[in-house]
Amino acid sequence: LFRKRLWGGSFTEIFKRFGWPLCWLEHLSLHNETGLDPPGIRVRAVSGLVAADYFAPGYFVWAVLIQNLARIGYEGKNMYMAAYDWRLSFQNTEIRDQALSRLKSKIELMYVTNGSKKVVVVPHSMGVIYFLHFLKWVESPPPMGGGGGPGWCAKHIKAIMNIGPAFLGVPKAVSGMLSAEARDIAVIRAVAPGFLDSKFLRLQTLEHVMRVSRTWDSIVSLMPKGGETIWGNLDWSPEEEHDCDSAKKRYLQCSLSEKNTNHSNEKRGFQAKERMKYGRIISFGKAASELPSSQLPTLGSKELLRTSTSSNSDASCGEVWTEYDEMSRESIQKVAENKAYTARTLIDLLRFVAPKMMQRAEAHFSHGIAENLDDPKYAHYKYWSNPLETKLPEAPDMEIYCLYGVGIPTERSYVYKLSPSDRCNSIPFQIDTSADGSDGGGCLKGGVYFVDGDESVPVLSAGFMCAKGWRGRTRFNPSGIATYIREYQHKPPASLLEGRGVESGAHVDIMGNVALIEDVLRVAAGATGAELGGDRIYSDIIKMSERINIRL
Amino acid sequence: MRRRKPSENEKTQSSNSKPDEEDDKNKKVTTKKTKDKDKSNKWSCVDSCCWFVGCICTVWWILLFLYNAMPASFPQYVTEAITGPLPDPPGVKLQKEGLRAKHPVVFVPGIVTAGLELWEGHQCAEGLFRKRLWGGTFGEVYKRPLCWVEHMSLDNETGMDPAGIRVRPVTGLVAADYFAPGYFVWAVLIANLARIGYEEKTMYMASYDWRLSFQNTEVRDQTLSRIKSNIELMVATNGGKRAVIIPHSMGVLYFLHFMKWVEAPAPMGGGGGSDWCAKHIKAVMNIGGPFLGVPKAVSGLFSAEARDIAVVRAIAPGVLDNDLFHLQTLQYGMKMTRTWDSTMSMIPKGGDTIWGGLDWSPEEGHVPSKKKQRNNDTQILGQNETGSLVSQAKGVNYGRIISFGKDVAEAPSSEIERTDFRGAVKGNNVANSTCRDVWTEYHDMGFGGIQAVAEYKVYTAGEILDLLEFVAPKMMARGSAHFSYGIAENLDDPEYKHYKYWSNPLETKLPDAPDMEIYSMYGVGIPTERAYVYRLTPAAECYIPFQIDTSADAEDENSCLKDGVLTVDGDETVPILSAGFMCAKGWRGKTRFNPSGIQTHIREYDHAPPANFLEGRGTQSGAHVDIMGNFALIEDIIRVAAGATGEDLGGDQVYSDIFKWSEKINLAL
Repeated sequence: LFRKRLWGGSFTEIFKRFGWPLCWLEHLSLHNETGLDPPGIRVRAVSGLVAADYFAPGYFVWAVLIQNLARIGYEGKNMYMAAYDWRLSFQNTEIRDQALSRLKSKIELMYVTNGSKKVVVVPHSMGVIYFLHFLKWVESPPPMGGGGGPGWCAKHIKAIMNIGPAFLGVPKAVSGMLSAEARDIAVIRAVAPGFLDSKFLRLQTLEHVMRVSRTWDSIVSLMPKGGETIWGNLDWSPEEEHDCDSAKKRYLQCSLSEKNTNHSNEKRGFQAKERMKYGRIISFGKAASELPSSQLPTLGSKELLRTSTSSNSDASCGEVWTEYDEMSRESIQKVAENKAYTARTLIDLLRFVAPKMMQRAEAHFSHGIAENLDDPKYAHYKYWSNPLETKLPEAPDMEIYCLYGVGIPTERSYVYKLSPSDRCNSIPFQIDTSADGSDGGGCLKGGVYFVDGDESVPVLSAGFMCAKGWRGRTRFNPSGIATYIREYQHKPPASLLEGRGVESGAHVDIMGNVALIEDVLRVAAGATGAELGGDRIYSDIIKMSERINIRL
Repeated sequence: MRRRKPSENEKTQSSNSKPDEEDDKNKKVTTKKTKDKDKSNKWSCVDSCCWFVGCICTVWWILLFLYNAMPASFPQYVTEAITGPLPDPPGVKLQKEGLRAKHPVVFVPGIVTAGLELWEGHQCAEGLFRKRLWGGTFGEVYKRPLCWVEHMSLDNETGMDPAGIRVRPVTGLVAADYFAPGYFVWAVLIANLARIGYEEKTMYMASYDWRLSFQNTEVRDQTLSRIKSNIELMVATNGGKRAVIIPHSMGVLYFLHFMKWVEAPAPMGGGGGSDWCAKHIKAVMNIGGPFLGVPKAVSGLFSAEARDIAVVRAIAPGVLDNDLFHLQTLQYGMKMTRTWDSTMSMIPKGGDTIWGGLDWSPEEGHVPSKKKQRNNDTQILGQNETGSLVSQAKGVNYGRIISFGKDVAEAPSSEIERTDFRGAVKGNNVANSTCRDVWTEYHDMGFGGIQAVAEYKVYTAGEILDLLEFVAPKMMARGSAHFSYGIAENLDDPEYKHYKYWSNPLETKLPDAPDMEIYSMYGVGIPTERAYVYRLTPAAECYIPFQIDTSADAEDENSCLKDGVLTVDGDETVPILSAGFMCAKGWRGKTRFNPSGIQTHIREYDHAPPANFLEGRGTQSGAHVDIMGNFALIEDIIRVAAGATGEDLGGDQVYSDIFKWSEKINLAL
């Protein structure tokens, strides 16, 4: 299997040669304490344009964009795929693979060989945060940074076109880490209850997946950043006036007849009374997610101390080790008693349930908001990937674009429940799929509250920095880099023949969106943001941003 | 597979329904009681036929299933059961010895072995975007041959892309690890290097468009800048450890060009400064390097054939020549390859001084069959020596790279009457309209020109150039702007600053880098093309007018002349002289070509064919490409990459007569 793809491609290896998915999982895990390679295993990023053009056969990621760029004359010498090992924390990609140095050298080379024309960088999803990290890294002095000097970005970069940026993190990452499930899995559980939980196949799939993904530091970079200021607290959230029904109507492409309009207006009135409490990213039980905060039993996070660390796991569970086994039943109960968690207390929660992972991760990532950006502690690399704790580089001619899809319900907060007590079932929490909105509609469905977004990243996370945080000359953007928001309204493919659609706004499918491709091509060919027509907004991002009270 | 499924279902259905029908028939037949035997025979025949097809399909499915379920180690297990335990691959062996990755490694692939992919094409190449045109399965060659030829050709005047077509080299290690599925080039070496800890960040495949002339790869793709930047990056990220370069075949010449380019001042060069090589390169390990060119290139350019094609023609005369398929394969091949400037980098260099004149050659006295006999049994050795004396007395004139007619190839030079072709009038264009689409420059020559070429009888390495200039003026005009084939009188002459001399080791100095090492690693023990006997093609206007005279065989079996080709010792493509001379004599010690006294080492690998077919292409092969899987060679490379020097390897390892032959060459050093 030397130099065969373990990730991406047809994934046949999971079933075939390994014969045994456990072996595959073992090779994909990283070391639990260092977050680097386990001994004797080296899995490395595929390099070159083939690294990510197709994820699986027929499932394009970058291929459509590459093909269209080739039409206007691009080729191997002026396109570069900055592939990195996405399992590692960002700074570790430099330590192990020198991926950042490599990227710097490639950008410099392309800059020189193309007659000193500045490059256009097109990061996608987590790559956006990775590139943010790169921007800081490249201008920092060695050994921690790349030593490019303070003018590097201004000299080499024309524009950064962030596609589906997860600047402020995604709530999905939380559920993924807490219970290894996302909406898709919660839906399966709702449709066929017991299927995933039964040990019929003796595979304990979720537990294994959780064990592996928890060794991946990079997931922590996607945790919601900015705490309650951005994501809202027990009683408040920037999206609280979001109208799920009308969003859904738009999503379903229903023409808004008069009756419907009336209907949704009624709904809006109803919801204004009882606003969705998106701020409670995790709540235990549906009731807890709707109660006014005064009625919630609030245990301080301090109380979330480990009461006893005696291992409850019996021998038969031993092989599926996750950190939950080390937690006693009482402490799990205690977690559940706290009822509701906001973006801030969430970090405490994760610290409690997965101490080792968070310990590793906190050496590499930070999720706060900086009080004073000139504080010398912010020179440390762990702050580089958080837009709220770094300044953008000194490059007034650079442009930053936020390109993302809207019009798809996106996970924003969760209703959890305790798993039925079963000792071997080592994940004690799961999404409460029975928690549905009271009136058929509503944002709560299958235990998940939805807002507008691109299916993975909520609008808030993707757009806030471009809409407010960096707009104009702010303390995060001292040189006043121009920012542009380009939203793409999701339209499902008209027929089966269209495949994944040319007007899709979904997180990955947007890479095939013709409007987005056109924008990227125009900028690559030399256009500026103003020539594209400036902002193009369908969502309430500006209104939401205004509600966020952050010092700029 | 999917498509097969319904057809199989049909088959089973039909075979199910058949017995029913048959039963019905039988009932009727029994009532009639006439001709029943004939009928039932007939039906059971169809019946069994269907069953047969059904069985085949089922067996196919089962085998496929078993193959997919087969554990990966199974073939190895079978091989070991039959041949006894295999030796450890060198990577594993050296890992146990404690060797670890140290110096970054750069691979420079040769001509033909690296993949090319399509970035922009004409209408006929729809849907091939970023698919491999060269390398891989070559599926397109069969599906749309003319389209393929059109896209693989370059512009005949500029040697760059034709309008509207962009074919670019594949990048990354995948560019040349496998040439076709299952046919490794670099893969074995890469796998063994990975054993001692190499990975993507310490290995780099310097793939380039091997159709272009070397300087044009920089002009069009900035490939040389790219290589420079990558080597600098790897040296910087590996704590200043200098890189080990491993060029193969034409990559050797390409890297010679690179070493001159990188130190030359911009804009023609890379502007790295005069100590760039000393700072960044630890060793250059040339594998099968045609430093002084290969005679095969001449026959390829002259008549688009090599020994393989000549043999096909000998076995099945007429297949290649007939017009039956209207494909005119060779002509198309020639038209395409003649647009590739890089082939001209391998025309024999150094003229008569190196390759021999009419009457002498450095290899004369070579006994080609000695090796063969040694392998078979040693008892005939005495007998054999007398035989070799005979052939020596006869005088094999390797210096005559092309001769017209076997008698001319063997006659003493005084007896050959030569008519100078250079002034010959080319005559009118005799090509008729039916041939026009298959344009080669021969059509411009006319019959008179062709006759004149044949009249000259014998061509030595020096005269070959004049010959090619005569028969293919456009190609050579492009070629001589990028390559040079002479020997420098005075290396300090400012004219040698031009890039066209950079890939000729006889017209450049090595860089000033006394700590660098140069290795010449090549296989020996395989007959290799050295000179050709030609004849005129039976007159037919559409064809290439010359072809190798496959009827020219020597009388005694020991001779080197076979099917019109004179062979010497080598690695099947590159004669020893070309691969070894520079390291054996031209650069050995402090010479004018090597002013700083860079150490040179010769490592020869004696060819041993694989013991049985289970071994695949063998682990002791010396053939030009298969040598990349030679365990001894891989071990040498890994040791050097892990920090060893040439002395640690044991200095020279020589099986052939390369030192004796080099002595005979009279070259000012």
